[in-house]
Amino acid sequence: MTTVEEAVGQVAAPRGLLARPTKAEGFTSWFTTIDHKKIGMLYGGSALVFFVIAGLEALLIRLQLVGPNGTVLSAKVYNQMFTMHGTTMVFMVGMPMAVAFGNFLVPLMIGARDVAFPRVNMLGYWIFLFGGIFMYSSFLWSSAPDGGWFGYAPLTSQPLAAGALPGHGPDFWTIGLIMMGIGSVTSAVNFIVTILNMRAPGMTLLRMPVFVWMILVIAFLTLFAMPPVTAALIQVYMDRNFGTAFFDASRGGDPLLYQHLFWLFGHPEVYILILPGMGIVSEILPVFSRKPLFGYRVVIFSGIAIGFVGWGVWAHHMFATGLGPAALTGFGVATMAIGVPTGVKIFNWLGTVWGGAVRLKTAMLFALGFIAMFTLGGLSGVMHSIVPANSQQTDTYFIVAHFHYVLFGGLIFAFFGGFYYWWPKFFGHLLDERLGKVNFWTMLIGFNLTFFPMHLVGLRGMPRRTYTYGEGFGWETLNKIETVGAFVIAFSTLTFLVNVFVSRRKRVAAGDDPWDGRTLEWSIPSPVPAYNFAEVPEVHSFDDFWHRKYTEDDEGRLVRLPAGAADGGDVHHEPHHIHLPSPSFWPLVFALGLPTMGYGFVFKNWWVLGIGVFIAMFGLTAWAVEPSTAEEDH
Amino acid sequence: MSTALVPAGQAHGAHPPGHDTNTGISHVKLGIWAFLSSECLFFGAFISTYLIYRGRDHALLEQEGLLPEKIFDIPFTSATSFILLMSSLTMVLALAAIQRDDMRGLRIWLGATALFGLTFISGQVYEFTNFYREGLRLQTGVFGPTFFVMTGLHGAHVTVGIFWLLQLYFRSLQGKLTSAQSEAVEVAGLYWHFVDIVWIVIFTAIYLVPYN
Repeated sequence: MTTVEEAVGQVAAPRGLLARPTKAEGFTSWFTTIDHKKIGMLYGGSALVFFVIAGLEALLIRLQLVGPNGTVLSAKVYNQMFTMHGTTMVFMVGMPMAVAFGNFLVPLMIGARDVAFPRVNMLGYWIFLFGGIFMYSSFLWSSAPDGGWFGYAPLTSQPLAAGALPGHGPDFWTIGLIMMGIGSVTSAVNFIVTILNMRAPGMTLLRMPVFVWMILVIAFLTLFAMPPVTAALIQVYMDRNFGTAFFDASRGGDPLLYQHLFWLFGHPEVYILILPGMGIVSEILPVFSRKPLFGYRVVIFSGIAIGFVGWGVWAHHMFATGLGPAALTGFGVATMAIGVPTGVKIFNWLGTVWGGAVRLKTAMLFALGFIAMFTLGGLSGVMHSIVPANSQQTDTYFIVAHFHYVLFGGLIFAFFGGFYYWWPKFFGHLLDERLGKVNFWTMLIGFNLTFFPMHLVGLRGMPRRTYTYGEGFGWETLNKIETVGAFVIAFSTLTFLVNVFVSRRKRVAAGDDPWDGRTLEWSIPSPVPAYNFAEVPEVHSFDDFWHRKYTEDDEGRLVRLPAGAADGGDVHHEPHHIHLPSPSFWPLVFALGLPTMGYGFVFKNWWVLGIGVFIAMFGLTAWAVEPSTAEEDH
Repeated sequence: MSTALVPAGQAHGAHPPGHDTNTGISHVKLGIWAFLSSECLFFGAFISTYLIYRGRDHALLEQEGLLPEKIFDIPFTSATSFILLMSSLTMVLALAAIQRDDMRGLRIWLGATALFGLTFISGQVYEFTNFYREGLRLQTGVFGPTFFVMTGLHGAHVTVGIFWLLQLYFRSLQGKLTSAQSEAVEVAGLYWHFVDIVWIVIFTAIYLVPYN
């Protein structure tokens, strides 16, 4: 805890332990920072690490399935691998990476100096990180979760005595997810308040960049999706550890209720994952087409429509459970309907690129790749909404193919596009374009090699989540191709990591506005100073920064305004008087209490639980009474 | 949403807190509203579970003499519920006191609110103990788990609220809570009222709707 001591040593004595740390630079500052940009980088870096881990798990799965009767993994380890791969990608990569981009970019895009609750922001990060580490620590007890990322009861909820899933796997899974859910809700509250309350003068809701809108929509989705699953997870935990009968059909419980509660979260969750990707792509396409986004308002209203209709489609995950014709029809129709706003967006993106002066930089390639791959995934998604077809496809590799096309071909492509696009704003230097193109093309080829054949083996009846398969079903060749494709994706990811280090060494200075951007984050220096905006910008239109740079002549051609007109004010303004909140270590202390409580719950050790409660209470109390800023020396 | 569309600095005078936000609502207050809306679904999930399962174990409960209408002591629970509702009144009085800079009044009413909350919790502990003596367990049918887990989580929320109130109480004793920070009391109050309202729903669903 050198952080604590150093930090305390720097401030006036009477405040003692409650003084706020002041270090803004150096290694230890990362533990106490409440700067939204640094927190965004912490989220992004941690999510990348989890992405690599989940990728390695996927490679093991593909090695096991490369031929019939594979022997690389045992059935139990295979179950752990696909459970942890899914759980990691959804909760430790997809959601936190969106929060990473959101954290860094939302304040910059709306012209704010920080988020509404800087300390809560840091708390959310620690809870996510500790939740992830907590869940992975289950490997130390050889008890990794093995009930699938959806953790269906009663498989996961049967008591140990009934012998359903030995070990502590489901307990680590339920407690870990509850923890990360708490973290997500804190960041959702933070985004909502920041976006609704902290926009610069003139930045009305309908002048906000699409990315900000999508973050606002997913913040509301997170807020309302997390509680039902938290309730379900508590019930699973109680069933497994205290012999309650929430999901025990023999005593009046109903396993189907678990599925309802889970998918009431789980389907909005799908949109929580994909909408930020849509937002990122909606930022990249106009810049590299040198055209405004086609139908800005329509894109936003489609996003909101997806957010609303997303609450009425959850049972399409349960078509095979026998819900009855009325429910099947209703949910089937709603599922077809949600394809409409999604399709509208695809046409908007195409309209944006159409007739534009397209520059095929890596970011743009990933954005275009997103449109193509996501459309394919969307089409197979509409196939699932047809109930009879669904009963044929459910639990086969066809479903695996579908959701990887939307989540990998969609979301992950958007993230990579976002990396190449905003890297200069994050770190002040560009990523290498040549390596970037290798990254893109190998990703696109590897992705299709891996996941396209899954459609075919799925239609030929290959079941999901089965650790091995016999010879002679006609699945061998396609599975070999899939495994080769998985390694091409691994190579592509490696290219990206190499690119990060090579570019860091070369440090090709990017300048403030390397892509001729349209949104406010490009109007300020790269990397961004701690206070973001030396002067809070005044916004006059959508794409305000673009209109500060360009105007149109009588024939509608773009004319660049003289330099200087582009600057909102004196950029080299000395920022001494800008008041920023001080760092704090209490979010870290409070968050440390949660995994401690978690171990108490998993091993039913009430002493450990008590220690965890004490740590959390101590952190929270100190947080409440610590002074709002460090004492200043003048 | 119409206020949200008004750019900052055009529509609002200099009335802290919240004068510098686009909506005119301060960060903390907007944040607690968002959080409470999330909590609605949390309790909603448990209340739904209870209502869906209600009556499925009627035969079992009847056989063991544990039917809710038999073991419930409705006058007693009504009394503690009334006390909890009254604590919302004292909470409002506490807010009114700090807003007119009456620190003594603030502490009296904060203390009263915490005390009423504590009375409610004591009543719940007494009730749980009684039910346990009669033979109702966490494992009894579906009534046992739904009842104990839902009311237990509500009790945990009240307990958190009591700690929140006590923390405000001690801050005001140290002189660190002034009328300029009346919003700290208001936000705690919003949480407290929310927990009360949830209890009205739970009380109605469990104690007043017949179990069959």
